[in-house]
Amino acid sequence: MIHFVLLISRQGKIRLTKWYSPYSQKERSKVIRELSGVILSRGPKLCNFVEWRGHKVVYKRYASLYFCMCIDQDDNELEVLEIIHHFVEILDRYFGSVCELDLIFNFHKAYFILDEILIAGELQESSKKTVARLIAAQDSLVETAKEEASSISNIISQATK
Amino acid sequence: MNPFSSGTRLRDMIRAIRACKTAAEERAVVRKECAAIRAAVSENDQDYRHRNLAKLMFIHMLGYPTHFGQMECLKLIASSGFPEKRIGYLGLMLLLDERQEVLMLVTNSLKQDLNHSNQYIVGLALCALGNICSAEMARDLAPEVERLLQSRDQNIRKKAALCSIRIIRKVPDLAENFMGPATALLKEKHHGVLITGIQLCHELCKASSEALDYIRKYTEGLVRVLKDVMSSPYAPEYDIAGITDPFLQIRLLKLLRVLGHGDPDSSDSMNDILAQVAAKTESNKNAGNAILYECVATIMGIEATTGLRVLAINILGRFLSNRDNNIRYVALNMLMKAVSVDTQAVQRHRTTILECVKDSDASIRKRALELVFLLVNENNVKPLTKELIEYLEVSDPEFKGDLTDKICSIVEKFSPDKLWFTDQMLKVLSEAGNYVKDEVWHALIVVISNAPELHGYTVRSLYRVIQSSGEQETLVRVAVWCIGEYGDLLVNGTGILEGEEPMTVTESDAIDVVESALKSHTADVTTRAMSLIALLKLSSRFPHCSQRIREIVIQQKGNLILELQQRSIEFNSIIQKHENIKSALVERMPVLDEATYTVKRAGSAQPGAPLEKTSKSTGPATGLNLPNGVVKSAPADLIDLLDLSSDDVPAPASTGDFLNDLLGGGLTTNPSVSGADQAPTSGTDILMDLLSIGTTPQNNHSMPNVMSTTLDNLPSVSPLDSLSLTSPPALSTQTSEVPPATFPKDTSGPTKSLSGLAPVVDLLDGLSSTMPAQSPTYPSIVAFQSNNLKIMFSFSKLPEKPQVTQIEATFTNLSPNVYTDFIFKAAVPKFIQLHLDPASSNVLPAGGNGSIRQTLTVTNSQLGQKALAMRIRLDYIVNNQAVQEQGQINNFPSGL
Repeated sequence: MIHFVLLISRQGKIRLTKWYSPYSQKERSKVIRELSGVILSRGPKLCNFVEWRGHKVVYKRYASLYFCMCIDQDDNELEVLEIIHHFVEILDRYFGSVCELDLIFNFHKAYFILDEILIAGELQESSKKTVARLIAAQDSLVETAKEEASSISNIISQATK
Repeated sequence: MNPFSSGTRLRDMIRAIRACKTAAEERAVVRKECAAIRAAVSENDQDYRHRNLAKLMFIHMLGYPTHFGQMECLKLIASSGFPEKRIGYLGLMLLLDERQEVLMLVTNSLKQDLNHSNQYIVGLALCALGNICSAEMARDLAPEVERLLQSRDQNIRKKAALCSIRIIRKVPDLAENFMGPATALLKEKHHGVLITGIQLCHELCKASSEALDYIRKYTEGLVRVLKDVMSSPYAPEYDIAGITDPFLQIRLLKLLRVLGHGDPDSSDSMNDILAQVAAKTESNKNAGNAILYECVATIMGIEATTGLRVLAINILGRFLSNRDNNIRYVALNMLMKAVSVDTQAVQRHRTTILECVKDSDASIRKRALELVFLLVNENNVKPLTKELIEYLEVSDPEFKGDLTDKICSIVEKFSPDKLWFTDQMLKVLSEAGNYVKDEVWHALIVVISNAPELHGYTVRSLYRVIQSSGEQETLVRVAVWCIGEYGDLLVNGTGILEGEEPMTVTESDAIDVVESALKSHTADVTTRAMSLIALLKLSSRFPHCSQRIREIVIQQKGNLILELQQRSIEFNSIIQKHENIKSALVERMPVLDEATYTVKRAGSAQPGAPLEKTSKSTGPATGLNLPNGVVKSAPADLIDLLDLSSDDVPAPASTGDFLNDLLGGGLTTNPSVSGADQAPTSGTDILMDLLSIGTTPQNNHSMPNVMSTTLDNLPSVSPLDSLSLTSPPALSTQTSEVPPATFPKDTSGPTKSLSGLAPVVDLLDGLSSTMPAQSPTYPSIVAFQSNNLKIMFSFSKLPEKPQVTQIEATFTNLSPNVYTDFIFKAAVPKFIQLHLDPASSNVLPAGGNGSIRQTLTVTNSQLGQKALAMRIRLDYIVNNQAVQEQGQINNFPSGL
């Protein structure tokens, strides 16, 4: 099971955190501090796994971002690397060659996508296309709602003129 | 309008925060923004609620407190529109966790949304429930989720399946409700649903054995699914690096592992497909390797045929020689598990594994080292240790600690003989002495002391290596100790082993070594204190150099560290004034009892490997059980004092003996001394005493107690009192070899005129005269007994203090589990005073194999009117669970 997902920038800034196991706020910031110290200082040619407090953290760097997932001792590390890549490809497809800034300004979208890939720390969907389709459908729901709202407010504002 | 009011857009806020140059600026922006959001919250502003929550989430990610936004999430979730709900649920998952009570308030909204007609809203609710639900929510909403498992929409089915996993994790009792719907999912065609269904089944198997048996029936079907996926034609939607849906394949393999584990029939039915996966999967991409890795794990986990296992180990061998660090890491990881299945097969890859210990990657090194540790046996210990020690010379400083640790335990566990053991340990000490743990070099000294034929060789080797590696603290300590003990062998070259290079060392060379250890800037108090002892010993071994030694010792008399100063002054006076008893005082240490030490070490919760091999040769030299009052012939028996603390012998040494022995055993015979018969045992490490490490705090238990018991017994011997009262603190930190308390300080008034041994004789006379007949005895009682624990109390009284009772409590563990962090607490009525001494240990070995002892001193101010009574409480940890037991003791013998 995946216990948490972290996106850390090379400067150590947090871009996304998702906790599937209960960690209190205090523990969360401690975990982030500890792990960003360990992971950011590792050299480029080393393996992508760090043993940490009885768990393993699998990380992979994409441009300036480190994608980290914490898993149990006997989970498949290589597969988690694939899951990270799966996530990145979907982000890439959604934003169109994703960059760190996309994830900063549209952090909520990144979360929505992650929620379509993982629930309860387990994999939900192995098809990138399906995820993209589901996100697009929900985005369009939001768009329609917005349009409706603005048109109603237009009506009201015009009516009260 | 204020640009940071709630009117700003999310994008603008993020820009403003990113534009901040300092942390203080950022804090200011966030503070303003939070203030605006709070204002909007209190105004119950509806229009911008979702925007405010989005902002809060960003602020939350930056690490600022955002608890005031929690209720906003609930409000958004309760609103009707999809955009509001979407943000609301996201906020809920981000800002709250399952331990917050607010979460309970959302249960009702969740229930409504789970029954919503819009599939996306149901999806949101399922996602939130799956990510953060608590046990209560799981119970409340399980029926809804169960129903959704059969929903028409496949996206809802897959979300409901994962949500069920969370529910089962929180409430395993609910597992059986999900068995039927879960297995129905295994027949799905849609990969997403299939994957989640398989995961749900996996979770069910872990949660209940009933479910495991139920799902086993589907083994055939799962094997068929795996076969279909493997041989399916190119499917762009699921293709990764030419492999169709590796995620699905991995999950299938994982579930098969659980089903086949311990079940030959189902293992049989999956042998074929596993062989196919192992043989056909491409291993040039990560996805393929991930499948192979999972496949190997499954083969190792089930009752596979031997041929299949060989295939699996071969895959790992191939992994091991891969250039990719990740692959090598997982190979090492899996080989660790394979060791228990097939050691021989893993042994074949030993050389490659040993290479991995030297890898530049810390994760790989660590794994490889653990694996090597598992692979060591009697046959390969020598070459492996040689390799590891060679590597120790060049390894990174941060890795040396781990490596040293492992080498030491390998050497201890498998050493074929003592010579080899000593040699290897000396190598380790000289390479990485600063990383060696205390108990390791303590054990080394025990071994050295137990090998009389190697004394000469060891001390000479130490002399040799210390010339080049004088900066390794523990090496210096061992060397100094050995030179002190066996300095004569160093100089006259006795017991030369075959092949040993002869070497000439003069007496002053030997003293030089100790002197430089004493004066080295890096030496700590322990090393210096040990050096002083060694010098004292050498002064007797090398009488010609006595004067020089005295000069070195006297230089420390102004030392700022009290311990060293005191030793210096005392040793000086021994060297100067007590020539006649000095040789007896500094006699070579008797052989340290390895068995006792091993037990102590094992008992002190140190997982270090016991000295199995060497403990066999424990000599009969340890005279533990000498009865009271017998004058021993060997003056070195003063060491018996230390055995007061040995667990298995009911403290045989009496105070009289103690003093007798200290003085060389030549004086009077004492009648038995009652007060000291229950000389308090304590957790003092024998070896600590032997090594004369006065600075260790533990040391302070046994000695002063013995001494103060004696003092209590001697109210009449006033000059002695005044004399000894100045010394108990000294004694408490002092080494046992040198009895400072028995030597008057020149300044202590009443005894000034007495010289030499006179006061000491007085002391003994006083002792023998003040030791009257036995005090009344009381029967021991079983104070407390439960299923897990038994406590025995034995009593003794000092005749002149009838109100005071010494109780020795002995705790015995009756259960098969070890108790750790064992704490005994007691409470008594007001008319009783209670004093608890430290317990001998806080770890209670299982099954009655040893006990903890603790001395209680009870003063009953209403003796004769009221009887003793006591309430007790015991806290300990067993199997990681804290346990508490309580009881009341009313069965004290009368007259206490």
